[in-house]
Amino acid sequence: MGYKAKFKIWRGDNGDGELVDYAVEVNEGEVVLDVLHRVQAEQANDLAIRWNCKAGKCGSCSAEVNGKPRLMCMTRMNTFEETDTITVTPLRAFPVIRDLVTDVSFNYEKAREVPAFSPPVGLKPGEFRMEQDDVQRSQEFRKCIECFLCQNTCHAVRDHEENKQYFAGPRVLMRVAELDMHPLDTLDRKKTAQDDLGLGYCNITKCCTEVCPEHIKITDNALIPLKERVADVKYDPVRWLGSKIGVRKSDNA
Amino acid sequence: MEEIERYRFDVVVIGAGGAGLRAAVEARANGKSAAILSKSLFGKAHTVMAEGGIAASMGNVNDRDNWQVHFGDTMRGGKFLNHYRMAELHAKEAPERVWELEAWGALFDRTKDGKISQRNFGGHEYPRLAHVGDRTGLEMIRTLQQRIVGLQQEDKKATGDYEAGLKVFAECSVTKIFMTGEGDDRRVSGVLAYWRPSGKFVLFESEAVILATGGVGKSFKVTSNSWEYTGDGHAMALESGGSLVNMEFLQFHPTGMVWPPSVKGILVTESVRGDGGVLTNSEGRRFMFDYIPAVFKDKYATTEEEADRWYTDPDNNKRPPELLPRDEVARAINSEVKAGRGSPHGGVFLDVSKRLPADVIKAKLPSMWHQFKELADVDITLEPMEVGPTCHYVMGGVEVDPDTQAAVGVTGLFAAGEVGGGLHGSNRLGGNSLSDLLVFGRRAGLYAAEYVDAAKAAGKTASVSEADLQEAIDWALAPFTNENGESPYAIQFDLQDTMNALVGIIRTASEVQEALTKIESLKVRMGNMKVVGGREYNPGWHLALDLPKQLLVSQCIALAALTREESRGGHTRDDFPEMSSEWRKVNLIERLDGDSVAIVRQPLPLMTAELATLFDTSELGKYMTQEEIDSLVQRTS
Ligand SMILES: Cc1cc2nc3c(=O)[nH]c(=O)nc-3n(C[C@H](O)[C@H](O)[C@H](O)COP(=O)(O)OP(=O)(O)OC[C@H]3O[C@@H](n4cnc5c(N)ncnc54)[C@H](O)[C@@H]3O)c2cc1C
Ligand code: SF4
Ligand code: SF4
Ligand code: FES
Repeated sequence: MGYKAKFKIWRGDNGDGELVDYAVEVNEGEVVLDVLHRVQAEQANDLAIRWNCKAGKCGSCSAEVNGKPRLMCMTRMNTFEETDTITVTPLRAFPVIRDLVTDVSFNYEKAREVPAFSPPVGLKPGEFRMEQDDVQRSQEFRKCIECFLCQNTCHAVRDHEENKQYFAGPRVLMRVAELDMHPLDTLDRKKTAQDDLGLGYCNITKCCTEVCPEHIKITDNALIPLKERVADVKYDPVRWLGSKIGVRKSDNA
Repeated sequence: MEEIERYRFDVVVIGAGGAGLRAAVEARANGKSAAILSKSLFGKAHTVMAEGGIAASMGNVNDRDNWQVHFGDTMRGGKFLNHYRMAELHAKEAPERVWELEAWGALFDRTKDGKISQRNFGGHEYPRLAHVGDRTGLEMIRTLQQRIVGLQQEDKKATGDYEAGLKVFAECSVTKIFMTGEGDDRRVSGVLAYWRPSGKFVLFESEAVILATGGVGKSFKVTSNSWEYTGDGHAMALESGGSLVNMEFLQFHPTGMVWPPSVKGILVTESVRGDGGVLTNSEGRRFMFDYIPAVFKDKYATTEEEADRWYTDPDNNKRPPELLPRDEVARAINSEVKAGRGSPHGGVFLDVSKRLPADVIKAKLPSMWHQFKELADVDITLEPMEVGPTCHYVMGGVEVDPDTQAAVGVTGLFAAGEVGGGLHGSNRLGGNSLSDLLVFGRRAGLYAAEYVDAAKAAGKTASVSEADLQEAIDWALAPFTNENGESPYAIQFDLQDTMNALVGIIRTASEVQEALTKIESLKVRMGNMKVVGGREYNPGWHLALDLPKQLLVSQCIALAALTREESRGGHTRDDFPEMSSEWRKVNLIERLDGDSVAIVRQPLPLMTAELATLFDTSELGKYMTQEEIDSLVQRTS
């Protein structure tokens, strides 16, 4: 193989910037991140990119490739035609720091508003007993690599800066669902989800699910069940109590 | 001069991987304020990439397991060059550390009776690795990250400020550790860092500094390590008067991807073999049976039939040789490829598709399935993978006190995790790193806290002089002043080529010597390095600051590799192919002497007679001199 690809890469900072053209060599089997690293090494030493693992495990290299939120390390060059011009821009929902690097601190701030895991008082390390079937649901959500592509995609954040103060976004709400479904968590998480983190802003469009590189069913498995539970709590407190007691049984299973 | 952001903490932790986060949690538990600094974002340190699991002898799957067996396996894996005391503490404390993670929210895979499931791994006698599919590192780092957040929430409740006790400085790289005082009073006083986003400097004054900076693999061309692994902690320990131990020992993981070229080196977890994957050459032969070394002859199956039976009946059969320690498997693959029996892209075949059904593979090895599918167009449930050795881990590291993790020779400095040396001897067993991070991260946090109390009680509060600060800043800005120099990327590429070709998996004196000469010339080129652009998020500048550390550490690796004239674990000398009982007694210690590196031989502490009773004398005889064995026997009787 080996050909010259045409790239347009967004260069600039929070103030302003522009798409800059690069012609760069591409070899067999490469991904977009490889090609940008070549640009960085040979044409623009100061091109700002985040990356770590180059294997879709750390969630650092998020950007928009031809307008689609993607991990650059998992975007194969052979998904494009050799004649295509490939445009790479920073995540749109977050402020740009430089070039393809954005300020994602919003996500960490919101994560801090989710009360931590709270196991039953008195249950000592080493004494935890949980069935595989019971941990499975939360395990799906814990596959999250915090790439924040879902946060970047959800229209409630992407197109509405003003919502950010009320709405924590799918990644953070999924964390609430994860704790809510943890067999040994003791907190009632519904109020946090609804009142503090803005679950109501989600209108289950599933755009977050579509971009998740871990293929987590964010909407179906986390957000919708969380919404249902919130509704139950509001209208049927007795049933909520029952469900928590039911869960507790596995403490000494 | 620009306005410098300034902070005071009791403890500065450099590194937000498993070791750093665990250390910070412990420092706070002991009433100390701690800053956590890292080069990348919070939750993205190398630990996130670990796949297979955490080794701890909980005995959930096979109740014959206990700390003594884990200790023995660790010593064997390291070919008895380990610091016995670290290996002992590690084996004893690992289970508690894993259970603690569970209490902080980790969700490990479960056994049928609801306990933490444990899987087989190379060199471990029993199923020992707590895991979550093949994304254990992600679970571990996320749990610790969320634990930090939980503690911050407690601090918020108590003080109104999330960051009263623990503050995370992500994308904030340290360039220098400051020292104060003279003679016996010489001690750590803080660090200089720069924010990667803005390029602005930050001064931290603190009584104690904990190095948790990870490894050095980015100096090699084929590696599973990321850009972060430039050996910063190793280099800064040297620069502040500390020493490195046994830097010649590097782990080349036997199974990295070999194709496509751009992913060459990316890790294929050992769990593939632990869960039944077999290695074959181009002739279809399970070649590992041909490479069982004498010291392991009675521990591994010698026929395919027995090896296959082991998966279902481990108590009555010996394990397959695919699960030999990593150094053995890596050398075997290397030999097969050299002998012309490799796969089309220069590796060998690793196949799990014939042993496990597709759905089980996807459940047990989801990220491997994903990785091969997306990066190599290979469906591992149907076809074999192509794999070959990749530079993965450094066993050598900062010389520390085995109990407290205090760096030898630098008061107030501690080191834990991959940056520390001693535990793994000449070769680390899979899964023993994640447990290392927890056990010794905690110890570093604890003893750093104790040290801070003592220092403060003695009136030794830390402060950094303006002159030292200015000098460190000038050094960091120097690369901008050169207008016509060379790109730092070009120098790094050449270093990676050099180390890979000349100080790689198989070494000889002449080649290592050549590497040392090349490193000298790279140092000269580095003196004429050019950085383009400004200070805001400028990776070229960041690399220019990492490179001197990379070169220094590479020099230490090469010098130690040249000095140790034997083959053991992660150090194979073509010109000295045998393991030597005399060399086993030797730790190679490196220090800075002015601008050059001095290397000295130091005796390795001999294990206690009590621990020695865990081994047959005949086994000890394979590693130790008769004299040593006699002295151990004498001590017991
Ligand atoms: C692909 C892969 C798979 C692995 N699988 C396993 C496994 O299954 N089991 C196992 O036990 N081990 C495994 N290992 C090894 C293990 O993951 C690492 O050894 C371990 O995670 C290192 O942890 P650490 O805390 O020492 O450092 P890291 O997690 O690497 O963290 C280092 C930290 O230091 C920071 N840092 C470095 N320099 C500076 C500086 N100058 N200024 C500020 N911050 C700095 C970095 O930003 C980072 O936050 C694997 C390794 C790899 C690469
Ligand atoms: S499903 Fe909800 S969270 Fe996901 S993108 Fe749609 S609105 Fe946003
Ligand atoms: S849920 Fe998926 S898309 Fe969202 S941050 Fe996690 S891994 Fe990324
Ligand atoms: S670099 Fe880690 S996900 Fe892309």
